[in-house]
Amino acid sequence: MLFTSYSFIGFITVVFLLYYLIPRKCQWPFLLVASYVFYYIASPSYLIFIGATTVSTYVVSRRLDALKEMQDAYLSSHKETLSREEKKAYKASVKAKKWRWLLLCLFFNLGILAVLKYTNFVIANFNGILHALGGGQISFLDLVLPMGISFYTFQSMGYIIDVYRGTCPAEKNLFRLALFVSFFPQLVQGPISRYNDLAKSLYERHDFDTKTVSYGLYRIMWGYFKKAVVADRILTAVNTIIQNPDTYQGGFVFVGMMFYALELYADFTGGIDITIGIAETMGITVTENFQRPYLSKNIKEYWKRWHITMGTWFTDYIFYPISVCKPMLNISKFSRAKLGDVIGKRVPVYLASFAVWFTTGIWHGASWNFIVWGLMNFVVIMISQELEPLYMKFHAKFNVKEKKWYGAFEILRTIFLMSSLRMFDCYRDVPLTFYMFGNMFTHFRLQDLNAEAFLGLGLTAADYLLLFICLIVLVTVSLVQERKGHVRDLIFAAPEICRYAVFFVMVLAVIIFGAYGIGFDQSQFIYNQF
Amino acid sequence: MDALLEILTNLHPEVDFETCTTLVDNKIIDSFDIVTIISEINDEYDVVIPAEEIIPENFNSAKALYELILRLEDE
Repeated sequence: MLFTSYSFIGFITVVFLLYYLIPRKCQWPFLLVASYVFYYIASPSYLIFIGATTVSTYVVSRRLDALKEMQDAYLSSHKETLSREEKKAYKASVKAKKWRWLLLCLFFNLGILAVLKYTNFVIANFNGILHALGGGQISFLDLVLPMGISFYTFQSMGYIIDVYRGTCPAEKNLFRLALFVSFFPQLVQGPISRYNDLAKSLYERHDFDTKTVSYGLYRIMWGYFKKAVVADRILTAVNTIIQNPDTYQGGFVFVGMMFYALELYADFTGGIDITIGIAETMGITVTENFQRPYLSKNIKEYWKRWHITMGTWFTDYIFYPISVCKPMLNISKFSRAKLGDVIGKRVPVYLASFAVWFTTGIWHGASWNFIVWGLMNFVVIMISQELEPLYMKFHAKFNVKEKKWYGAFEILRTIFLMSSLRMFDCYRDVPLTFYMFGNMFTHFRLQDLNAEAFLGLGLTAADYLLLFICLIVLVTVSLVQERKGHVRDLIFAAPEICRYAVFFVMVLAVIIFGAYGIGFDQSQFIYNQF
Repeated sequence: MDALLEILTNLHPEVDFETCTTLVDNKIIDSFDIVTIISEINDEYDVVIPAEEIIPENFNSAKALYELILRLEDE
């Protein structure tokens, strides 16, 4: 069920109405039923996988909780009799047991994800080696890939790690945990919520509140505007360019790259707006996933503003555990002794970052394009990290850091850099992507970028005009958000007529300008495939 | 505490670590800095700060960080 389909709009309308009509105590169980119905409609077989993840996470979290309670009770009853060393040894033994349970849960759930998502990728690579050696071929397996499996698996594993760490309570009710794992608006493409952030508003009872519902509806319409009017419109031109690399070269590689950057932004942030908006209409607060990423002045800042919940997930559960574990601290000592203080200090950061970006790449998809994309991000971040002292000297010498034009230059530089890395999403393989990146410069001819060629991309002059206006709206809204906070607060502070007018214009824009009908392919969200 | 202040000041000489209480909240130190700090604390105090202790409350100020070190030494 596409977020942009009539059936989904019908589904959320029914869910919304029933949510406020039923007794308040039934609200969260009702959402669980709605989430499972949503998943069942996608495919009944998916329920087995999400069910297995939910039950295994529940069982292990309860076990971890029981071990913690047992430890607390034992230490409290033997407070006076145990020496400090004995207490330490007891704690270590309990921690070892908890660690084994955690590993079991991680292996089981990440194993499901790995088998379903990466088996055929491994087979394809193995076949490549066999082919080179002149051997036979292994048949691909017919595996299902449940919708949103990467998102709900990461969300569940984040929860179980938090329970293990003691930073999050173990949920005692299996059905409440099932709702946390399967909450339908965020099943399709996240965000990857933390239990501590989502649980309270997810389970509490909500009365109908006009302002909350209105805010949610605004957010939903804004999301549909981005998705249907911008992303699904520009998609036609992007596909024409990237699917015909022999025809569209030089300047059009650049055009395709920038169009894709806009499409991805409108698609993913639009989808998240719809998700957060749906939750908001029911009084549920979902974590923000974006903070105007295209206003970032460097790649590090970009990754703090883009897909925030995934970035913090990787930082908290991969980057820190790897970089501060005992073996890594020993490597750090060794490298400082051998390589000197300056380089040696960086070794743990580099190794952990490499692991993070490799995982980020492969999380996005089972292909070398994504792996290389992840590693290229790693390379660019490390280079910019190393060049930072030079930048600081440059800024100090020429006193440009506070200049507006320099800020604009930094933003455009980051957009170009991130968009060029995103070319790995577009072209069919890694060598072609590198080739097209070079081709963008070597075959650039300004005269190729004429009106006739642009109209050959499947969009009319009216489409380009509309996209240009949309771009101005998107940039303006981002700048207002950056400087003044929530645009909705400003709209609601204005006279009532403005409130209705803005909403009416958004609805009208989606209905009239939404990319529906002949010539347009209403597409799935890009991040849904991850 | 002096040794900790020296570690922090070496990393960011421009910051007044004795008074600043928003090191993480105001993005004065980032994840790369945190790893470097943990590694140096390990050298100086022989204390391993586990990943679960890497939360803003423990890294927002030199004082909070020092209290964390003392707590971990005690455990």
